[in-house]
Amino acid sequence: MLLKEGEIRIPAGCAISGFISRDGNKMNGGDIVKSISYMHDRSNGLGGGFAGYGIYPEYKDYYAFHVFYDSNEAREKTERFLDRHFDVINLSRIPTKKVPSITNEPLIWRYFVNPLPTKIAASQLDEKEFVAKCVIRINNDIEGAYVFSSGKNMGVFKAVGFPEDVGEFYRLEEYEGYAWTAHGRYPTNTPGWWGGAHPFALLDYTIVHNGEISSYDANRRFIEMFGYKCTLLTDTEVITYIFDWLNRKQELSLEDIASIIAAPFWSEIDEIEKKGPQKAAKLRYFRNTMSSLLITGPFSIILGYTGGIMALNDRLKLRSMVVAEKKDIVYIASEECAIRAICPDCENVWSPKGGEPVIVTLSEEGKRKCL
Amino acid sequence: MAIEINAQNMHFKLINEQIRASSEKEVVINNTIGQRFIGSGCVGKDIHIHGIPGNALGAYLTKSDITVYGNAQDALGDTMNDGTITVFGNCGDAPGYGMRDGKILIKGSAGYRAGIHMKQYMEKIPVLMIGGKVGDFLAEYQAGGKIIVLGLGYEDTCPVGSFCGTGMHGGAIYIRTDILPSGLPSQVDAFDATDADKEEIRPEIELFVSKFGGNADEILASHFFKLVPDTKNPYKQLYVNN
Repeated sequence: MLLKEGEIRIPAGCAISGFISRDGNKMNGGDIVKSISYMHDRSNGLGGGFAGYGIYPEYKDYYAFHVFYDSNEAREKTERFLDRHFDVINLSRIPTKKVPSITNEPLIWRYFVNPLPTKIAASQLDEKEFVAKCVIRINNDIEGAYVFSSGKNMGVFKAVGFPEDVGEFYRLEEYEGYAWTAHGRYPTNTPGWWGGAHPFALLDYTIVHNGEISSYDANRRFIEMFGYKCTLLTDTEVITYIFDWLNRKQELSLEDIASIIAAPFWSEIDEIEKKGPQKAAKLRYFRNTMSSLLITGPFSIILGYTGGIMALNDRLKLRSMVVAEKKDIVYIASEECAIRAICPDCENVWSPKGGEPVIVTLSEEGKRKCL
Repeated sequence: MAIEINAQNMHFKLINEQIRASSEKEVVINNTIGQRFIGSGCVGKDIHIHGIPGNALGAYLTKSDITVYGNAQDALGDTMNDGTITVFGNCGDAPGYGMRDGKILIKGSAGYRAGIHMKQYMEKIPVLMIGGKVGDFLAEYQAGGKIIVLGLGYEDTCPVGSFCGTGMHGGAIYIRTDILPSGLPSQVDAFDATDADKEEIRPEIELFVSKFGGNADEILASHFFKLVPDTKNPYKQLYVNN
């Protein structure tokens, strides 16, 4: 049997790419596949994945669950659970195409669901919390079932393989979205398996990550106190839960979250104090109360969420990241070539500083079109 | 005569094979899109790159020239031995990583860790020159060579990021600015460059303006800081008391 993440440790380079149309114009999934393919050498074929936003307009009011099953028994168990807790509007296998390099695929199913109002009332939780709890429960309690995408009007597609092959496998050229992110994996500490590919998702939050978190266990211990279960035992998973907890539940802004997970050095806060004591006091408060959520080690990440994307580097900037623009589209990638591949005449090419978040959201026009 | 290579959809290995197999000194590469290691270990070539070359351009370069008519990515001139790399745009992180000799000239700006662990030996003194600004950790662990930051267009700010010269123990940094980088380590000595100090970099400035335009005398008339390791205050007992 294949050992999963955490059951084995093998002593990364990775690639990330993403873009968003601020005016909510639909962009074909083939573009993100093309972009990530130009960083082929940053991956080694042990994982590739994509997240698309705005891809299910016809079902935009329903949670779209993408699920891997190891067996039909796991599927039947999960579907019984879904029937008890959700109104299942539509279910089908996710369309795929045979690609020679993609093998050993699990059963891959998609469900459009709405939680049953009676169940939500009985749980005394709000709707999103109820859905998140159900996802965590399936992933934790049903052997061989893994919900890897659970947001509205968005979806994650991932597999073991090079990202360009994964894109072909999932037929991404048949999807259109206002924002896309992508990942090419080069696992250095853990084996590659389908669930361990990026993006990692909970509700509409998705994370693609290049790097390695040395603070993983400290972060995991802290976040698990709030009901999350790090079942995949891979570092990126915990970043997704940190964003969910800080943004959805603590209602902190993405800027504030950046100053928690990539906190400025104490020496920098002393400098900030001279200019703005209030800002420095806030940064000190975050560092003191949320020290367990400081993410150390090299990382560059792209967070996707409904209505926007955010890019962030570790504060020492130990991974590369480039941002560029063209008209209403903002591009982010590990390497400039991945942007030039799909937008040769992009403008304002720049590299954000370590710890400096780049947050791009839909314009009013984009919101009208897509949300 | 120059040979031309159309790099569209071509793997870096094939590009380098074609460069090496060429009987011509001059090689023009068009439609470059992220291929790594272009010109690595090349001897006696003059390579012109259009498009965006990938990481580690000119790694281990020896007695060759590379010109990029746009931006370059990370680890430009990694462990370069000799020759000149000229970039008409910006470059990513860690240009001149562990560079041993030769010159890197960047018209625009560079990312983090420019000149990390540059070194020198006898007459082999590498030069890294940046026309714009640089990110944090400039000259981290610098062991030798000259790093010159001109800050052209950034006269109102310090063109150098935080943690400049961390672990520096050899070589020299010249920064054209009125504002000293903040938080320099105590093992680094910074002072106003004298006329004699500026004369040390006149040949490099003249080379820079010959490629990118400008006036060497005007640049040299500006105020420069020079940073060198403080030999009276060497690194000791940083981690343990023994």
